[in-house]
Formats: sequence, structure tokens, C-alpha cells
Amino acid sequence: MTDVNDLILDDPEQFVFRVHRSTMTSPEILALERERIFSKVWLYVGHESEVRNPGDYVRRSVGGRPLILARSKYGAINVFYNTCTHRGATICRQDSGNASSLQCFYHAWTFDLEGNLVGVPDAASYGPTFDRAGLALRRVARTEAYRGFVFVSFNPEVEPLRDYLGGALEIVDLALDATDGEMEIVRGSNRYTIRANWKLLAENSFDGYHGLPTHETYFKYIASLEADARKKMGAISSTGAAASYLSTGRGRALGNGHGITEKIAPWGRPIAKWSPLFGEAAKPKLEAMHRRLVEKYGEARASRITQTSRNMVVFPNFVLNDIMAVTVRTFEPVSPSEMRVTAWQLAPVDESPEMRAARLDNFLTFLGPGGFATPDDVEALESCQEGFAATEVEWSDISRGMSYEEPRPLDELQMRSWWRRWHELMTGRVPAAAG
Amino acid sequence: MLHAGRAEAIARTEVEEFLFHEARLLDRWELDAWAELFTHDARYVVPSNDVPEGDPARDLVVIDDNRERILARVTRLKSRHAHREYPTSRTRHQVTNVLVLAREGDELTVEAAFTVWRFRNDRADYYVGRYDYTLRLTDEGLRIRAKRVTMDMTSLNPAGAVSIIL
Repeated sequence: MTDVNDLILDDPEQFVFRVHRSTMTSPEILALERERIFSKVWLYVGHESEVRNPGDYVRRSVGGRPLILARSKYGAINVFYNTCTHRGATICRQDSGNASSLQCFYHAWTFDLEGNLVGVPDAASYGPTFDRAGLALRRVARTEAYRGFVFVSFNPEVEPLRDYLGGALEIVDLALDATDGEMEIVRGSNRYTIRANWKLLAENSFDGYHGLPTHETYFKYIASLEADARKKMGAISSTGAAASYLSTGRGRALGNGHGITEKIAPWGRPIAKWSPLFGEAAKPKLEAMHRRLVEKYGEARASRITQTSRNMVVFPNFVLNDIMAVTVRTFEPVSPSEMRVTAWQLAPVDESPEMRAARLDNFLTFLGPGGFATPDDVEALESCQEGFAATEVEWSDISRGMSYEEPRPLDELQMRSWWRRWHELMTGRVPAAAG
Repeated sequence: MLHAGRAEAIARTEVEEFLFHEARLLDRWELDAWAELFTHDARYVVPSNDVPEGDPARDLVVIDDNRERILARVTRLKSRHAHREYPTSRTRHQVTNVLVLAREGDELTVEAAFTVWRFRNDRADYYVGRYDYTLRLTDEGLRIRAKRVTMDMTSLNPAGAVSIIL
């Protein structure tokens, strides 16, 4: 195996940033990632709205571990390992549900949603030293939430979640401050497999450079919708989607490996940037939403909330894309060349049924495995993975924009900062470079 | 109603022949002709794998196309820039277990089972599930008023996407 110290070439003087492709193919690297990344940092497990009521639970796989995210009868959010402390069978065998207790089907041990072992058939046979408390469902080392997003860490020494999120907090706030009330996960998820290394989706999630070539058919579709709308309603201003995509915004590093690309949205946003897809009737409502946010936050922040499109990756694998709708995504390696992706949609609880329908519709134009763009991302990632079999071609390039003081649209600073954090965790060495 | 009651006269074999014809057009990538099978008020819906009863107005689904987006989907798939389908995959839409559940006015409610195979780059993907159709009898013959594709797979594994028309 290549030495982990030699996997990244980072030379800000020569504007060189290269990643060795063995990082995408090596089982040894994946084993190290499981130990040094997935067992060490904060990982997204779910949203509080998914377990709104006492007794609600969902099952998840996080960092390769089977977990249960549950709300107890006291209202507490608990995250347990989904394994019976007796012999190991998974306790929770449904994706979601509501229960006062969970019973293992194998020998019928029963646990309440605080994790207590409340039922053992013929418990007397275990004798007087039976350690009922010690056999409670095991909790993950740390569980903390920020504005509804629940994260876990298997590392008891991990820093507090707010410190870990750091610069990402502001971006989470921009998404959630779009509404006066709460946001919730919409029922239904997109779960799909990509036959590619998991890190390729981290890169792709905030890679602006691929947008136009990979998603040309999407931009054509948006342009045709606008042309139709102009025909139907007379002159309306065109956003010139592709042109605005190329010319605005920039990528930024948010610290701790997190990063973002932010730009003036070349598409409609349900809060609150009108597009022909929403229909004429929605126009005054969206304008009213924008005015409400101006009153609350002032013009600059309100415009940032309503008009900009934000693709954020929280290291290593949590994505919050507040773009034509708000998507929440996480992904996990199954092997060096395969990942499982789960994506949800986040929306205001108090949204009108019409606006909710328009939001869901806007999501589907681009996003999800049946959208006009996501299938082509899947293809791109699998194509990269296929190309990595040419092992003589050892390096991938992520140097775009290194020679500029300030990142420009479509530059790759945010991706370099992700990789630098990856390298730091894998090697224990703090990188000197920043550009 | 112009054709009130005429659906009563449509036999299951005619419905089957229509569905087989649709499958054949998809497998031959004759997508313009396929889109012509839909009425102007048509819907093509694919719910999420985890919420098969999902309602596109309230829940996250995979596809919710009206007539305009069906046409846009066809335009996209015919371009050389729908990368997941260029080069195009080979598909086989197998339609079985066809039942006409109701005939009312000029509309028929039809359920069928499907297996769709997709082959590309030495790789096989499959989709298995149930079709729910609302078919309408028009002057041009049977047309699709609604097509709902409920997948049996618990996730999009191995397919990774719904890049073809199911």
C-alpha cells in the first residue's frame, strides 16, 4: 500500500493539488477511514422531525453501524446500537414505527425506548448476579443535535457538535431561518447505490465546475420552460440560467473540512425566488415571503436566504443543499468501489399545501434518482471509478483556482479543504497549506 | 360524455395488446411514439421505494411528470447529453398479470406486474413492481391517462437511478 503520507500532493507555490487514486480503490485505505474518520468525527443520523412523537423510532446505518434513533416517552432523543445485548440480533427490524418497547424476536428480550432491559423470559434462571442494568441497549458514545439535525459520534472524546460544525452553523441557519416555524423531513426518501468510492460524492456535492457539462440537459429544460412562460405571459425577465450559473458565486472553506459553494440561484426557489414552474399565482406569495424576511433580517441577509443557492458538505458525508429545494443527504461506503446514498427533503412544517406541492415538484426537476440531473451525476461517479482501474494514471487534479487570491465561480477551494481535513485525520499531520 | 360506456366493450386481451405495444416502443427507444400514447392531462408517477403509497403533492417521490415533463423527459433522453443513457442501455419491459379492475365511462382501471431489465457496460440492472394504469378510450384508441409505477425493491439497488422510462 502507498504510504498515507504520500496520498496528496499539495503545493500552493506551484498551484498543484493532486489526490492519489489509490484513495478511491484501496481496501486498506477504506479500513483506515473507518478507524480514523468514521469512528472519530460527528456523523449525521437523522432529523428530530422523523421521530416527532414519544415512541417514534427509525433505524439507520451510520458509519457502518446499525442504529436506532428513537424518542422516548419523556421526549428525549436517544440513539442506540441496533443489536440485542443478549446474542446480537437486530432489535428494530422496520424502517420506522412507533412503540413503547422493542422486543428482540430471537429470545424475546424486551427494551423500552430509554434502552432499559424490561423483559427477559425466565430471568430467574440467570441467577442472582444477573446484570440487568449492564445489559441495557448500548447507546452510542455521543448524541447531539443542532436545529433538528441529530449527529452521533462513536468517539467519546469528540469536541461538542457546535464546535465541530463551526463555520457550517451559519449555513444551516440560512436554510432554517427561511421560515418562522420549524422545518421537517418530508415523508419518503431516495435510497440508491452508486458503484463508486464514497469520496467522489463528497466532491461532487459541492463541485460547481461539472454543472454545465454534466447537466446540460437540465439547463436546456429550464431554458425551455422560461421560453414557454414568455410565450404564454408576454415578456418576463429571463434568469439566463446557464449564464448566471457561470458568472456568480464562489466556493469557500468553512473550517474542519466543511465547505460550500454559494451563488445566485439560476433556478426558482420555494423560499422565495419565483420561477415559471411555480405559476403566476405564486408570484405575490413569494414576494410577500421575501418582504417578511427583509423585515426580520434586513435586505442583505434576506436576499441571501431567498436568492442564493447553497451546496454545503459537512465533513465527511453530510450534505445540505439549499438549491431548487432543500435536500439533506448522507452516504456510506460499502466497499472501496460502492456506496449507499440516502437523501431526504426538508420543508417548512407550516407551508401551504400549494406551496408544498410546488416545492416537491421543483425538487424533482433536478434532484433525486429520477430527476433530470442526478442520474448523470451517478453516471459521472461510476465512470470515474471505472477509470481508476488504469492504475498507471496515478493522480486526480483538484487545483482549479489555486493561483487566485479570492476563489472565483466554479473553483475548487472547498474540495481541497475537504481533502486536507481527510489527510489530516488519516495521517495525524496538520496541513500547512490553505489556498 | 362522448364515449360513455364504451370501455365496457374493451376486452382484457385488447388492454394487454396495448400494454405490450407500449413496452415494445420503450424497448425500441421509440420515445416520441411512446409519449403519443399519453393523453394531454396525463400523469406519470414513480413513488419512492420506501413509501409506495406516496402522494406527489405531499410526499417525496422519484418521478411526477405531467404531459409537458413527459415530453421534456423524452427530449432529454434523445439528446446525447443524458449521460446515464448515452450510449443508450438495452432494456426489456416485461408486462404480466394484467387485470382490468374497473370499467367506467370511457376509462379503465388496469393493474399489471412488470420486470424491467436494463443492460449496459456488461452490467445488469432490474426494476420489479406493479403498474397501475388509468386508460382512456379515445377516437385514436386506448390512451394512457395515468401510469403509476410502484417498485418492489426496498431501495434503488443495484440500479442507482431511474434513468430509463419504466
